[in-house]
Amino acid sequence: MNNWVLVCVLLVAMGFAYQFGTMRSRSLVDGKARMHSRPVHHGLLVALWCGLPAFTVFLLWSLFEPGILRSAVLNQLPPDMAGLQGHELEVLMRRVQSIASGFGVSDQPAAYELAAAERLRSLQGTGRLAMIASMAVLAVTGLVYALRRLSPALRARNHVEAVFRVLLVVCSTIAILTTIGIVLSMVGEALHFFRFVNPVDFFFGTVWNPRFSTTGAGELGQFGLLPLLWGTVMVSIIALLVAVPVGLMTAVFMAEYAPGWVRALAKPIIEVLAGVPTIVYGFFALVMVGPFFHSAGLAVGLDIRATSALTAGVVMGIMIIPFISSLSDDIITQVPKAMRDGSLGLGATKSETIRKVVLPAALPGIVGAVLLAASRAIGETMIVVLAAGNSPILHANPLEAVSTVTVTIVNQLTGDIDFASPQSLVAFALGLTLFAITLSLNIVALYIVRKYREQYE
Amino acid sequence: MDIQQAQPNPPAAASDKRRVRVEKSLQRRHRAERRFRFIGMSAVVFGLGMVALLFISILAKGLPAFWQATVVTEVYFDPEIIRVDPRPVAQPGESPAQLREREMAWQTQVTMVNWNRILEDSLIAHLPEAASARPRVRQLVTSGERFKLRDMVVENPGLIGQRAQLKLLADANVDVWLKGNIDRSLPDAQQQLPPEVRAWADQLYERGVIQMRFSTTLFVNPDSRGSLASAGLAGAFVGSLYMMLIVILLAVPVGVASAVYLEEFAPRNRFTDLIEVNINNLAAVPSIIFGLLGAAVFINWFGMPLSAPIVGGLVLSLMTLPTVIIATRSTLKAIPPSIRQAALGIGASKVQTILHHVLPLALPGILTGAIIGVAQAIGETAPLLLIGMSAFVAAIPGTPFDQSTALPVQIYLWQGNELRNFFEARTSAAIIVLLALMLSLNAFAIWLRKRFEKRW
Amino acid sequence: MENDVMRASLASAEAAQNNHTPELKMSARDVRVFYGESEALHGVDLDIYANEVLAFIGPSGCGKSTFLRCLNRMNDTIDGCRVTGRIELDGEDIYDRRLDVVLLRARVGMVFQKPNPFPKSIYENIAYGPRLHGLAESRAELDEIVQRSLTRAGLWDEVKDRLDQPGTGLSGGQQQRLCIARAIAVSPEVILMDEPCSALDPIATAKVEQLITELSESYTIVIVTHNMQQAARISKRTAFFHLGNLVEVDETTKIFTTPSDSRTEDYITGRFG
Ligand SMILES: Nc1ncnc2c1ncn2[C@@H]1O[C@H](COP(=O)(O)OP(=O)(O)O)[C@@H](O)[C@H]1O
Ligand SMILES: [Mg+2]
Repeated sequence: MNNWVLVCVLLVAMGFAYQFGTMRSRSLVDGKARMHSRPVHHGLLVALWCGLPAFTVFLLWSLFEPGILRSAVLNQLPPDMAGLQGHELEVLMRRVQSIASGFGVSDQPAAYELAAAERLRSLQGTGRLAMIASMAVLAVTGLVYALRRLSPALRARNHVEAVFRVLLVVCSTIAILTTIGIVLSMVGEALHFFRFVNPVDFFFGTVWNPRFSTTGAGELGQFGLLPLLWGTVMVSIIALLVAVPVGLMTAVFMAEYAPGWVRALAKPIIEVLAGVPTIVYGFFALVMVGPFFHSAGLAVGLDIRATSALTAGVVMGIMIIPFISSLSDDIITQVPKAMRDGSLGLGATKSETIRKVVLPAALPGIVGAVLLAASRAIGETMIVVLAAGNSPILHANPLEAVSTVTVTIVNQLTGDIDFASPQSLVAFALGLTLFAITLSLNIVALYIVRKYREQYE
Repeated sequence: MDIQQAQPNPPAAASDKRRVRVEKSLQRRHRAERRFRFIGMSAVVFGLGMVALLFISILAKGLPAFWQATVVTEVYFDPEIIRVDPRPVAQPGESPAQLREREMAWQTQVTMVNWNRILEDSLIAHLPEAASARPRVRQLVTSGERFKLRDMVVENPGLIGQRAQLKLLADANVDVWLKGNIDRSLPDAQQQLPPEVRAWADQLYERGVIQMRFSTTLFVNPDSRGSLASAGLAGAFVGSLYMMLIVILLAVPVGVASAVYLEEFAPRNRFTDLIEVNINNLAAVPSIIFGLLGAAVFINWFGMPLSAPIVGGLVLSLMTLPTVIIATRSTLKAIPPSIRQAALGIGASKVQTILHHVLPLALPGILTGAIIGVAQAIGETAPLLLIGMSAFVAAIPGTPFDQSTALPVQIYLWQGNELRNFFEARTSAAIIVLLALMLSLNAFAIWLRKRFEKRW
Repeated sequence: MENDVMRASLASAEAAQNNHTPELKMSARDVRVFYGESEALHGVDLDIYANEVLAFIGPSGCGKSTFLRCLNRMNDTIDGCRVTGRIELDGEDIYDRRLDVVLLRARVGMVFQKPNPFPKSIYENIAYGPRLHGLAESRAELDEIVQRSLTRAGLWDEVKDRLDQPGTGLSGGQQQRLCIARAIAVSPEVILMDEPCSALDPIATAKVEQLITELSESYTIVIVTHNMQQAARISKRTAFFHLGNLVEVDETTKIFTTPSDSRTEDYITGRFG
């Protein structure tokens, strides 16, 4: 990659700048003046002056160049081509790009394509030259300027540290930017979707049947959220029914009964369950648990589908066990010993103490943990993709196949993404719903857990 | 209880009555205690059992897939069939481009050779009765193996007219049949191989011509559609490595920097509170949402390529960021303030204190958290599906900008393959590879932690 | 029924005082306690008589709490804690394998240093013990136990209107009396108190002290205290612990006026501790 070479060159230049800076700084020391900063800082400052402006130009250029080039090329297309939309335009641009890059296309390119490619190539060429030139100028100017400024009194360290701080602040805003990005992209595309489908029909519709995007906008399918939401809820409830009792009892046993060595051995093993990728659980559900339920159902005369809400829910529950158990373990061990002593001192047995004093005292924290687990279950994708059967029909039978919000997002967005069709865009409306649900669960849960911690701190 | 029989003091009468009551319920209470304890133990056993079941079933299914049915046979590079010109050599006065063109033409010619016929001949040498059913015989060896012959000749044209002892992968269906992964009593209509091919496979297996041999196909080949038996993980593995690299290069430095800022510099105000709440929530956002983010922002807005590890890496980096931040912050929190005070006390600036004293101490903890985050990231599937990484890619990506899949996505693709009998084992094998990668990362993290654990 | 008990125990207390042949309630012989490898108590011999208030004093860390916890086997709940020697309750070895700790703790109740009401309502706090042990056969009976215990703890008038409010909402002194009420709700024979007033202000302390004096009519009370005036005010006999040894035990007045061991004298006169 040419860009990598450029970045490397810049880094090397910064290295040299650092050397110059330290050298110059040392020569300053030879005088009698007392230095404010050490040569290292002078060197760093010079290197920063040399590299930062050039790098900024590089970043901005890389960010805006493609867009500018694209519009330049588009303007140049013959008028009958200018009306192209969406997919066809993309195809054309790709062809032009690959002609320009010298790869060529498999068939004979049209004249206007060649012309566009030619223009693209020349623009690219000049653009690149201009960028490299301006970077070089900036780097040299920065270097010279910084070297000139070096003096014993220069607070080089403070300057360098200020840059360092700014860098840290920038890094910590990325997390915020991510959230903003999520919200903006989700809301933006969802609004797009709601231009095709009435939000009321989406949020309260009971039929999910989006058709294929190729059938055209004339016969728009039905985009009812409720069957998917219900599927999600059903699978999550089954998962929690498995995970909460097992996880909680595991936590109780580990925290209150298990001798040290059992704890030391069993805890990490159970926590392995949390590290296993969800696709592995999906496969496990598909080839082991599903068939097992199916044949077990046959044995008792029940018709259980191999891929069903039950299968997906149970396997998801297994996945969540360590999540609940380690959170609850923390919470249970936070209940003060005085509370246990009070109960034991009255002649309660251990289990009575746990059931009637420890668990009630830990209840808020445990509720928080369960809510966090629920948000996990709701957002879980691969297990349900593989094991829930993908049948977006509103029914209440856990032995039957269901579909969920996450499964549908995957179904609607795999393969070719067409950001102009409601069939693809609906994924963002679903994503927004999912995000809103999990976010509110998380906020409530984190709030409860934090309040609980404070209570015993 | 003997204790209540010794009752010397007068209030004993009433006290006795009370104690009788207490004792009446005692057995029940102790039974409840034992039951409760038993339930707790069962929960733990259930959890452990599930771990065991998961791993045992994956291992049991997947390990056999590393050994594939292989035809060990002598192949005659028959000059009658391989009618190709001698390999072009540089002529005086010829430009390199012209030479390359002639070379390409020659390679095309080599590819056009009826390699199948050579394979068939080699098999018919073992099965004279099959001479009349050439198309059937071919079904014994997986179709990709003819390219192996071609590559050998391209490499060494001198082979033409020679004989060589070769190990050729048997067809996926033969592998399934010989391993008993299909019910042998099924009627012909439901079998994937015609009866005579099944009989030949059995014969050759008995005679040792077909053997179960450890095969490196899985590790060195990319995915394949035409020749299922030679479908491998290499493409997906390299794709995952690229993404891992990107996560390490992006999420780890940025995460550590934000943690350092939040923990060491940030004043406590609205804004930092917001960042804090935001990070905690981001850590619990479902991974698929990050996939949607990637699709909308990187693919749709920035116009980045579909199926490229660079986009996958970016998405996974954003997803891993909160994990790294949280782990780093808790490590920084655990470093006693006395260390900072000592450094500040001898006149170091805050930045110097952090760079020279705090971060080195925190390093093992940070690395541990980072590695665990990275391991989590390479196991993620859902977000990658949304940025087009589930496309079939039959090549090992050369750069992070090429089309590629990833290990978990490959697992997803393989589990959906129609040839279930073959791919169930192959998928499990892929899972073993993925788990092995994650386990070694985690083991590395644990080793780091043990090695550098709290030395202050 | 409870009146009977009270009358009976009053009678026995009187009898004990009149006869000057106090009746032995608990006795400890050569009790040693180990936390892991280290020995925290080095062989304690002590007799506890029915319906007396016995105070344990001594510098902190000398093993008072440790010994107190031996008396109802609360030490069992501490990992790595081991007790040797013999402790009897009414002539019965309480460390006997056949003995049921649950039963023992119902007979030997405990009040802790820091008030530790359960995060439940006041009513539920008191009813907790009787419910566990099945002491009440009806709701009415339970109500009566709750009322009686609160009354005896001198708390009834203060809380009778808010029985359904959380016990943790009471003031520190009230909480501690709630814990005492909770302990007497199961009608133990012996009540162990580990510095019950150390977390309370003087007024609350005075109330609890008065309560202890009243309770001593019907219960045997062993109290650990840091405060020597307190020991002097409420206890009949006092035991002085030092560095894991029981140095001496005698009538409180004698300990405070003419101790027989010089270490006791040093401690009393404030030379250490
Ligand atoms: N849970 C424990 N684990 C280890 N050692 C303990 C524990 N509890 C008390 N000790 C030790 O036993 C000794 C006596 O403690 P304690 O009985 O609490 O003293 P006191 O109540 O007289 O202040 C002390 O040296 C203390 O360090
Ligand atoms: Mg104490």
